[in-house]
Amino acid sequence: MGEKLLNALNIDKSFVGVHALNQVNFSLSSGEIHCLAGENGSGKSTLIKVISGVYAPDSGEIEFNGRHYQKMTPIEAINQGIQVIYQDFSVFPNLTVMENLALNSELADKRKWVNWKRIREIAEESVKKINFKVDLDALVGSLSVAEKQMIAISRALMFNTKLIIMDEPTTSLTKKEVHRLFEIILKLKEQGIAILFVSHKLDEVFEISERFTILRNGEIVGTGSTKELDQKKFSYYMTGREFNPSHFIPEHIEKDALFEARNISLEKHLRNISFELHKGEILGITGLLDSGRSELALAMFGAKQIDEGQWYKNGEPVRLDSVRDAIGQNIGYVPEDRLSEGLFLPQSIGDNIIISEIDKLTKLFGVMDKDKKEKEIDHWMKELSVASPLASNACQTLSGGNQQRVVLAKWLACNLDILILNGPTVGVDIGSKHDIHAILQNLARQGLGIIIISDDLPEVLENCSRLLVMKNGEIVANINTSTSDEKTIYSYML
Amino acid sequence: MTSIGQSYLKKLSRRNEPYVFLVLLALCLLIEIRSGQFFSSNNLVDISSAMIVPGLFAIGAFMVIVSGGIDVSFPALASLSAYATTKFLLDIQYEGNVFLALVIALAIGALLGAFNGLFIGYFKLPALIVTLGSSSVFKGVMQGALNSKQLTTIPVGMREFGVSSLFIAKNPVSGLTSRMPVAFIALVVVLAIVFVMLKYTMFGRAIYGIGGSEVSAHRAGFRVERTKFIMYILVGMIASLAGIIRTCMMQQNHPTNMLGMEMNIIAGVVLGGTLITGGRGTLLGSMLGTLLIVIVENSLILIGVPTSYKSVFVGALIIVGTGMSAYQVMRMNTEKRTKGRRKEAVR
Repeated sequence: MGEKLLNALNIDKSFVGVHALNQVNFSLSSGEIHCLAGENGSGKSTLIKVISGVYAPDSGEIEFNGRHYQKMTPIEAINQGIQVIYQDFSVFPNLTVMENLALNSELADKRKWVNWKRIREIAEESVKKINFKVDLDALVGSLSVAEKQMIAISRALMFNTKLIIMDEPTTSLTKKEVHRLFEIILKLKEQGIAILFVSHKLDEVFEISERFTILRNGEIVGTGSTKELDQKKFSYYMTGREFNPSHFIPEHIEKDALFEARNISLEKHLRNISFELHKGEILGITGLLDSGRSELALAMFGAKQIDEGQWYKNGEPVRLDSVRDAIGQNIGYVPEDRLSEGLFLPQSIGDNIIISEIDKLTKLFGVMDKDKKEKEIDHWMKELSVASPLASNACQTLSGGNQQRVVLAKWLACNLDILILNGPTVGVDIGSKHDIHAILQNLARQGLGIIIISDDLPEVLENCSRLLVMKNGEIVANINTSTSDEKTIYSYML
Repeated sequence: MTSIGQSYLKKLSRRNEPYVFLVLLALCLLIEIRSGQFFSSNNLVDISSAMIVPGLFAIGAFMVIVSGGIDVSFPALASLSAYATTKFLLDIQYEGNVFLALVIALAIGALLGAFNGLFIGYFKLPALIVTLGSSSVFKGVMQGALNSKQLTTIPVGMREFGVSSLFIAKNPVSGLTSRMPVAFIALVVVLAIVFVMLKYTMFGRAIYGIGGSEVSAHRAGFRVERTKFIMYILVGMIASLAGIIRTCMMQQNHPTNMLGMEMNIIAGVVLGGTLITGGRGTLLGSMLGTLLIVIVENSLILIGVPTSYKSVFVGALIIVGTGMSAYQVMRMNTEKRTKGRRKEAVR
């Protein structure tokens, strides 16, 4: 490991009434890959902003590359070689790859005129740094998330960079893309560039970083070499709570199937799918991104119409040709992307909860029954312990975990028989993840039939009593989770 | 065909300008077939002449829309500035040429544009609300404080500028003549300046950048507030120039007669492929879109459509045109998604 690059001493920062950082000490060496973890609101974004000069600390000092700063301006930070890659990558979707790559450094050089030839040269030079192959004339908006990220990285390297801060860089990447990102990070490390990697995904912390720092409520609760870290310690540092992963053991599974699929086929996506779901069990469905798992979920919810096959509920054949049909059969669906498909973000939490049962909360002539509505909202806020002072706050003010609870509440309010969840804990922090799992297990015990679709194998192993593995649109294995492990399942998936 | 040619053609088919151009061509041919008058030299000059004021307005509206904003105040701004300039020169009985009028109008335009720019740029208020408000304010100042009435005479310099022509086109069949006003040069010059500014200056790229993603622009180091402020000043100046030119060309100042033009202008810009949410669009497209609307407004009478039906046609054009570009965006999005999926499958 190289010499000390960054040393933040006794950093303190408060916002109106909130102590965001409390006497934080943090250090980093050249060529070090360091993971900064913490739940939402733990202060990690504030720390990043202090390091990159966006916020001035109330007290404390920053030493970077041998120089001392009471506070840095963003421009100073950039000139000193600190680059932040934000979660949204800060790209211009409407401009070409070439312009996106070159604009920042042209701006830093205080250019007034645009020389398109020079822009192209800068762009070519910057993609070469990480051997990134891309059409320079393509619009960035037409690229994949991973490609946008590569653009942000190549762009960051144009500034004699010594430290790159990546804010949750793997959130919307597939496993393969994460792998490629890690290769690039290792290459940057070889060049002596330090990487500060913000993540709350444990497996990533283990795989890539050499040291870690975990923040909770504005204080550093753990720091050290990643080798000394394990799952249990990590969860404890993050949440301050002890978790004992409890494998779900169904108490009572009814003999007759609650829901059944027989020989379901859908275009190229699904072939001859048959399975049963019983009352009181949690059925897992897993597979790679293209295995047809999402299509199966949408078909069960009537959002995709099947070409062949038949659904049965309680032994009776049923049609699920539309979402209305599915809701009529008391089937609920929590989508993969809760933000765009599951919630009305600017609307209040309360309205989001009761939206699916709104027809039942009316008086004469369809006028809303306010008392009934408030009671219902109150009930579900408590039942799922949604952490918000007011049910009238907008949904977008909630953290990922709490938003997911609202989606759950929305469906549970409709008295479901079957609940289908697609990636129920994607982008949710550890504490909420455990809570959501506990809620699901509890619901299953109360007699709800639950289907979890997820590629998070520890998640399905822990929560499902039975697991279907899909590959190329077919079910290739039906596994009892108590007698299986990740490796076996993975071998079926590939 | 070579693959380069093919990919170029494919790129072209994703843009809006070729479609607008084809629609424009079809309309022109239709009018020509029905009337035999469209491609006559005097009609073409008439259309160019009718294009000057809407064209200038469209340039300003285009910049604002590309930056992710919207401006509905430019007709009111132009009216106020043209009225104030004309009235002032009449009051001091100015006998000189048009340049003083242009300078005063540009200065007032800059001032009024700065008013918009201050609220939108520095106070970060939504552009639609600010310009709706300022539109009212400008109208109020003109009608209240300046007590505006129709000015039937205008200063001599402006009058002369209004009737001076570059050349005169004569229709050999009908014997009708049309003048190409000198003011057409103003449109060409402004068009050229704005084109160079948008394409070859960092200021111009900042306008596109802000329209694409304001947060990214800020993080990249663009001075977002200042860029917007200056842009609204420029837009105010361009609108004001259009206002004074219109007064000169009409040989009188009718204070309220430009009000209400904003919708057709914005429609023309959007018709030309400018994304209403900002970030994408070209000057060429905006000009084609505006031209389309100008031709529909001016030439429908040549194919025997009564003028009272004009607004129906313009409305239909807007719905079809904007619908088409919305459809294209949708198609591009689904294409992107399936492409992404396919890539994933290959891996």
